[in-house]
Amino acid sequence: MKLTINGADHQVDAPPDMPLLWVLRDMVRLTGTKFGCGVAQCGACTVHIDGAPRRSCVTPVSAAVGKAITTIEGLSPDGRHAVQRAWAELDVVQCGYCQSGQIMSAASLLAANPDPTDADIDAAMTGNICRCGTYQRIRAAVHRVAALAKGGVS
Amino acid sequence: MNAATPPSRREFLKTGALVSSGLVIAFVVPGAARFAMAQAPRVGRPFAPNAFLRVGSDDSVTVLLAHSEMGQGIWTALPMLIAEELDADWSRIKVEHAEAAPVYAHTVFGMQMTGGSTSTWSEFDRYRQAGATARALLVEAAARRFGVKPADCRTENGVVIAGTRRARYGELAEAASSLRAPTTVTLKDPKDWKIIGKPTKRLDTPEKITGRAEFGMDVHFPGLLTAVVARAPVFGGTVKSFDARQAMAVPGVRKVVRVPNGVAVVADHFWAAKLGRDALQISWDLGPNASLDSTALREEFRRLAGTEGAIAAQAGNVGDALGKADRTVEAEYAVPYLAHATMEPLNCTVRIGPGKCEIWTGTQFQTFDQHVAAQITGLKPEQVKIHTTFLGGGFGRRANPTADFVSLGVHVAKAANAPVKTVWTREDDMRGGYYRPAYLHRARIGLGSDGLPVAWRHVVVGQSILVGTPFEPFAVKNGIDAASVEGVADSPYLKEIANHRVDLHSPKTGIPVLWWRSVGHSHTAFVMESLIDELAQAAGKDPVEYRRALLKNHPRHLGVLNLAVEKAGWGRRLPKGWTRGVAVHESFGSFVAQVAEVSVENGRIGVQRVVCAIDCGIAVNPEMIAAQMESGVAFGLSAALHSALHLKDGRVQESNFHDYPVLRLNEMPRVETHIVPSSEKPGGVGEVGVPPIAPAVANAVARLTGQRLRELPLRLNA
Repeated sequence: MKLTINGADHQVDAPPDMPLLWVLRDMVRLTGTKFGCGVAQCGACTVHIDGAPRRSCVTPVSAAVGKAITTIEGLSPDGRHAVQRAWAELDVVQCGYCQSGQIMSAASLLAANPDPTDADIDAAMTGNICRCGTYQRIRAAVHRVAALAKGGVS
Repeated sequence: MNAATPPSRREFLKTGALVSSGLVIAFVVPGAARFAMAQAPRVGRPFAPNAFLRVGSDDSVTVLLAHSEMGQGIWTALPMLIAEELDADWSRIKVEHAEAAPVYAHTVFGMQMTGGSTSTWSEFDRYRQAGATARALLVEAAARRFGVKPADCRTENGVVIAGTRRARYGELAEAASSLRAPTTVTLKDPKDWKIIGKPTKRLDTPEKITGRAEFGMDVHFPGLLTAVVARAPVFGGTVKSFDARQAMAVPGVRKVVRVPNGVAVVADHFWAAKLGRDALQISWDLGPNASLDSTALREEFRRLAGTEGAIAAQAGNVGDALGKADRTVEAEYAVPYLAHATMEPLNCTVRIGPGKCEIWTGTQFQTFDQHVAAQITGLKPEQVKIHTTFLGGGFGRRANPTADFVSLGVHVAKAANAPVKTVWTREDDMRGGYYRPAYLHRARIGLGSDGLPVAWRHVVVGQSILVGTPFEPFAVKNGIDAASVEGVADSPYLKEIANHRVDLHSPKTGIPVLWWRSVGHSHTAFVMESLIDELAQAAGKDPVEYRRALLKNHPRHLGVLNLAVEKAGWGRRLPKGWTRGVAVHESFGSFVAQVAEVSVENGRIGVQRVVCAIDCGIAVNPEMIAAQMESGVAFGLSAALHSALHLKDGRVQESNFHDYPVLRLNEMPRVETHIVPSSEKPGGVGEVGVPPIAPAVANAVARLTGQRLRELPLRLNA
């Protein structure tokens, strides 16, 4: 089947019910998207499908055919997406394993809602677990993206 | 100025051994390094500092980490130590995990490892000396080039300067590599530090925000297969027989092989291996642990708590003193088994070839891993090459004296006769053992007429982590595993009480246990700091004033207590339905006090704000210390509010994050960190934020609701 990932077409030979996560990681070799729980409980596998956040560990690959799949590797060409810049500025990461999923969730929240409240952030980000407890900085970084966008400061 | 000790003869010899095993990491340009390695090791040439950094002709300074980056920020802190003494250009620092080799052994524990919140303090001298030695060589090379004395040169931002002459480190690297290292180096006076003590951002951020960072799970090379392993549903169970036909029928499955404690399905990719594993038909011999039950264990622990155990601490005559006390407070506390639940499930990639075994994994225990792999493969430890990747969380789980996940990976690769990445599902990881042990504490404390304790009788019951490990000779004395009673037996409160006794029972259960971020302090701080609040309440005293009275001879405890209380505004008004709780605890050479602002709404405990004060001696990277306090609070709150493992019929009942909940973003309090200025030697940071949070919250809940909750996770009665 043909998948469109980060703007490029990929031909993969996968069973239709194979989770997109494992197609990305083990067939396309895009390993930025992480395996954390396998049951949509932790958010480490979050990707965008047609712009919406999806847990790739429970998304059958067949459901992504004909749609635009974006992974952390394709979020920006140079790692300078506004969310990534805020993450660097606020020194968010620790072990880093969950951060691809955190960033993908935050990016889709901000795309839909450029100035989210704390409650909006809770709603969008509570599905992403971080065992290092970087939550406070994640919240601050999401607000930072919103503030920079409003102020027009780069 | 500090005159630093040069590398000792013993260290030098170890380095010599390193050279001859071909693992040398040289100080100079790669070409020269390869040349040096091709020669016989030149005895008499000190290479020791060279194992920790190399200066490239491109001016890059690559720091080799003897410790593993698992979130704690050592990827940044250790380079800071080298860069400080080297006067390096911080923007040119690169970092790599070192290979497993004797030269990278822990300066105190003698093996390559990361744990016990020791990385920064145990490397504080060695990494600074490595930087200072390298600087001396570069200065010497520059002095020769300029025709001046070394004393006439200074260094700044990766450049040696003498008058108007300047040479970049990269230009000097090759010449410096042929010089003999000085026998002594002088370290900077702390007042001249430019990097140590400055809040410094992480160096591993760029790869971790772009998905480029390589964790063990991400390792790949052509021909690598993936395995998922079926292991017994009960600890210690073994395979009686199995039928692999249905597993082999799954497209992509290549092999099904038996390993010592299970059956591995080896496939082209994870998904096929997992489906194959699920299709295996296995008949298990469940062994002796098939009736294990955590509720029954709790009852057994309770029975033991009523009997005398091994004496961990004793002074005066506690029985007499209790009899004479004005009144007594008696309480029983309990905590459950806990999984580490690192975000990256365990995994290990192994390639065995003639005379060589290569391992890629995120590990905290390279030396043990190397030896265990050597035993399995029949190789020598130095023939086992370990590539340490980033760790997707450690918390102690990846520091296993049995090297369980490496051992499994090596067995699978050996049985499959192919390079294999063995991956644990979340369920495998959570049910795979090596838990924080469950503990039960019972205390009977006598108060004098002034309300202060005059007698303290304390019994701790729970499995020993260290018995049966190579650490036993060091840490288990007279039947006392120090890690079981740390925070009680050495409590500052008990030191001030003339009559006290601490007993320990270390029952064996068949459940594999391990250190879990903050080890014994993860339960002892909860018990001790809750008890102190119980005593304060019994005495009708404010919990802060009560602690001040008890800790008057413990200035560092008092220092953090006072700082946290002041910054939190203790006693100031809070919104209706909120209150504050406090706790202070020493662990891993550092002192932490936390004031938690807590609400209870609809029976739900909410932690709104935590003010944290830490005295960790010299604060090498305040930015990372703040991050670790936030991290410790979050990790501790998972245990305080949510997580517990239960066993029934020998089987762990929980399996994934739906039934083993951990803290999520919506529950994260605002955490503020205040660092006590100090010139004491550095203490630990990575674990020390965990212990005080559970009692700080429990103490607030008790004030707010009148319910003294003596068990974790905290559960309010309806």
